[in-house]
Amino acid sequence: MYKRFRVKEKIIEGALFLSALSSVFVTFGIIAVLFFETYEFFKEVSIIDFLIDTQWTPLFAEKHFGILPLFAGTFLSTAIAMAVSLPIGLISAIYLSEYASEKLRTAIKPILEVLAAVPTVVYGYFALLFVTPILQKLVSGLSGFNSLSPGIVMGIMIIPIIASLSEDAMHAVPMSLREGALALGSTKFQVSIKVVLPAAFSGIAASFILGVSRAVGETMIVAIAAGQQPRLTLNPLVPIETVTAYIVQVSLGDTPTGTIEYKTIFAAGMSLFVVTFFLNMISYWLKKRFREEYE
Amino acid sequence: MDIAFKIEKLNNFYGNKHALKQVSFDIPAKSVTAIIGPSGCGKSTFIRCLNRMNDLIPVFKLDGRILYDGTDIYSKDIDVIDLRRRIGMVFQKPNPFPKSIYENIAYGLKIQGINKREVLDKTVEESLKKAAIWDEVKERLNDSALSLSGGQQQRLCIARAIAVEPEVILFDEPCSALDPIATAKIEDLIIKLKIDYTVVIVTHNMQQAARVSDQTAFFYIGEMIEYDKTDKMFTNPSNKLTEDYVTGRFG
Amino acid sequence: MSNEIKGSRVRGQGPAPAGFKQGSEVRRALNKFYDRAFSVVGLIATMVGLAVLLTLLIDVFMDGASRLGWQFLTSYPSRKPEQAGILSAWVGTVWVMALTFIIAFPLGVAAAVYLEEYSKKNWLRDFIEINIANLAGVPSIIYGLLGLGLFVRALSLDRSVISGSATIALLVLPIIILSTREALKAIPPSIREASYALGASKWQTISYQVLPAAMPGILTGTILAMSRAIGETAPLITIGALTYVAFLPTSPISSEFPFLSLRGLFDAFSVLPIQIFNWVSRPQKGFFTNAAAGIIVLLIITFLMNGIAVWLRHKYQKRIRW
Repeated sequence: MYKRFRVKEKIIEGALFLSALSSVFVTFGIIAVLFFETYEFFKEVSIIDFLIDTQWTPLFAEKHFGILPLFAGTFLSTAIAMAVSLPIGLISAIYLSEYASEKLRTAIKPILEVLAAVPTVVYGYFALLFVTPILQKLVSGLSGFNSLSPGIVMGIMIIPIIASLSEDAMHAVPMSLREGALALGSTKFQVSIKVVLPAAFSGIAASFILGVSRAVGETMIVAIAAGQQPRLTLNPLVPIETVTAYIVQVSLGDTPTGTIEYKTIFAAGMSLFVVTFFLNMISYWLKKRFREEYE
Repeated sequence: MDIAFKIEKLNNFYGNKHALKQVSFDIPAKSVTAIIGPSGCGKSTFIRCLNRMNDLIPVFKLDGRILYDGTDIYSKDIDVIDLRRRIGMVFQKPNPFPKSIYENIAYGLKIQGINKREVLDKTVEESLKKAAIWDEVKERLNDSALSLSGGQQQRLCIARAIAVEPEVILFDEPCSALDPIATAKIEDLIIKLKIDYTVVIVTHNMQQAARVSDQTAFFYIGEMIEYDKTDKMFTNPSNKLTEDYVTGRFG
Repeated sequence: MSNEIKGSRVRGQGPAPAGFKQGSEVRRALNKFYDRAFSVVGLIATMVGLAVLLTLLIDVFMDGASRLGWQFLTSYPSRKPEQAGILSAWVGTVWVMALTFIIAFPLGVAAAVYLEEYSKKNWLRDFIEINIANLAGVPSIIYGLLGLGLFVRALSLDRSVISGSATIALLVLPIIILSTREALKAIPPSIREASYALGASKWQTISYQVLPAAMPGILTGTILAMSRAIGETAPLITIGALTYVAFLPTSPISSEFPFLSLRGLFDAFSVLPIQIFNWVSRPQKGFFTNAAAGIIVLLIITFLMNGIAVWLRHKYQKRIRW
């Protein structure tokens, strides 16, 4: 009955621990790689120019390294995507959580999941060859590459994220809160807007921010349908370039290691990582707060 | 009679909650000892100390000594895995593994490195026979254990405990999830088991304690109030609280 | 019914001033209208996604179905659209997916087992958890940059199958960890207790009881993760997967001794979504048709994997009742 030292158990636990730690190594790997190349980049380009120069032309003879035009493209396409996905996603969530029968709910949710499972390159094709031609008939002056069409398609892609996560949040709101309001003679709509929505707010906000983060990081749709012209504009009708699309553009060319063009993609990636990191942390924090409130 | 467990000034804590207070008594071997008391009195906490199942709860702390066979089972050099092999347990709700009936019984042997088909077959049959369920399942040993009824599942769990040849079997309210007919079968079984095993049973059902046990301990709010022969406990208890409880005045 | 409610209200409050009563009635009617209107608007909004999905499927099918066929599946890419095919692309996809699974599945499951079964609640676990939640939200193209810096350059694995697979493996790792943890959480503690009470060690309990019971859930999550990975394009473009590949990675099985070969791991490759991207980026219309046909193949694989995952989840949810 006296203690035996179980070597195998200890070895296995150690191996499992290392596996769990591997995710931390991945994060460090990302930060290290990005930081190293970005550091090299800023040896040649001033950080001030990077942040305030209004032109991004590293691939031209006369080089400018202002990240603003790329972020303008990212911002514009993200804003369009959110303008589509937020209202539709939120209304769907309210409908599914408060109005729809259980049967409809269980039928619709997996279909929404399919929408999220479609590869982004497919959405890119759809934006470029289906949505843009249709929009060109409706909107005069829309060029073949633009931020409007990929923005809309990106919005459609993000609907399931917002609808599903917001619906989860609303579903977690205790029935007693609704009953209190219904007993006072409120309609379902009033209960949804005045009781459920505020109660689930942090959960809904988390889903929204996660959607923004997804749109900011989305690559293939904008790389295919938005163009390759970095430009500081809020005009959704003209070709632009996002941070992500720029990385794809350089990766497709034959840029030798160590050149300034090569380093630009890491600097761009670093900026992208920082932005999405903060968005993800806010979303994580909001979700956690919501869970502590209701679960 | 031989003493199986010697409990000395046992105190239990869950975080700040003092769950058991200064419990001391001896549990004899090869007999049935019942632990009774109203819910929340610490009887389940107590029985889970005997095979150190409480170790799995992070906030659990223990003070005092439990000697099994003369050895302090909470001493640092005790191997808890070996201990649990010698002291088996049957739980409140039947908890068969989601595997075949055969696999449920054979598991205890397999983890000891016993893989010989003949040994396993023999043990499976013998254990199921001892647990009085062999006739009901012998035709379908490869069916999922989850296809059995609740009472059958619980007897399967008893067979599973028997298969590793323990010295003690602990029952933590084994019939609380069962109907009266299934309960009667388990009770018969427990009475038979004491020939070979030391049995400790926690129950909230006083009649059950009276029917199956040789001695009974009465717990109340973390303290052991009285411990005596079962006959005496139910006919002529020394303590007023015990009397109130066994006559059904509270609980 | 509505009369009754109105009546009781009036009785409760005494006679209300005429104007107030009228106003509240208008408001009530308005509220009812909003309620009705929303149940229609809500249904429409919910159906938008479905409608777009259908449109997309029909559009792609009309564009590409005519191009599908044996020749398309068994030809290398070509400058002439009508001769081009997806052979190297789908073989590359199979390679990358198989290797991704081999790398990410054991690593992800092991990490989840540690976090769920071994780790104590302390700062390290909190840190690892936040870290994994964050990794799950990192844009896929950032993983491409990691792969480029780490596998392609630092480890000199070049633009090979193994570089691509390792990159995608890291990308799906957090998803596999998260879904495995959910599957492990769903296994009731009573199963673990039963095993410990028989004198099983921790690892015996996990490997004999907990993992097999959780396996359907783990596989469901993993298949969903892989179905996402199969459509990943950006990270593989970033590590430099080729867009024009007229050869296959060396076959892992050969007729000569030692019969097994790992040389394919270090060959260059392309994958289905990259081939599609390449065709979409060309100006000639003929390639759009090829892209659509490639998309049909990609979507069939993706939906098939999703279908299997949903079926698996459904089947085991029903069967196992604790």
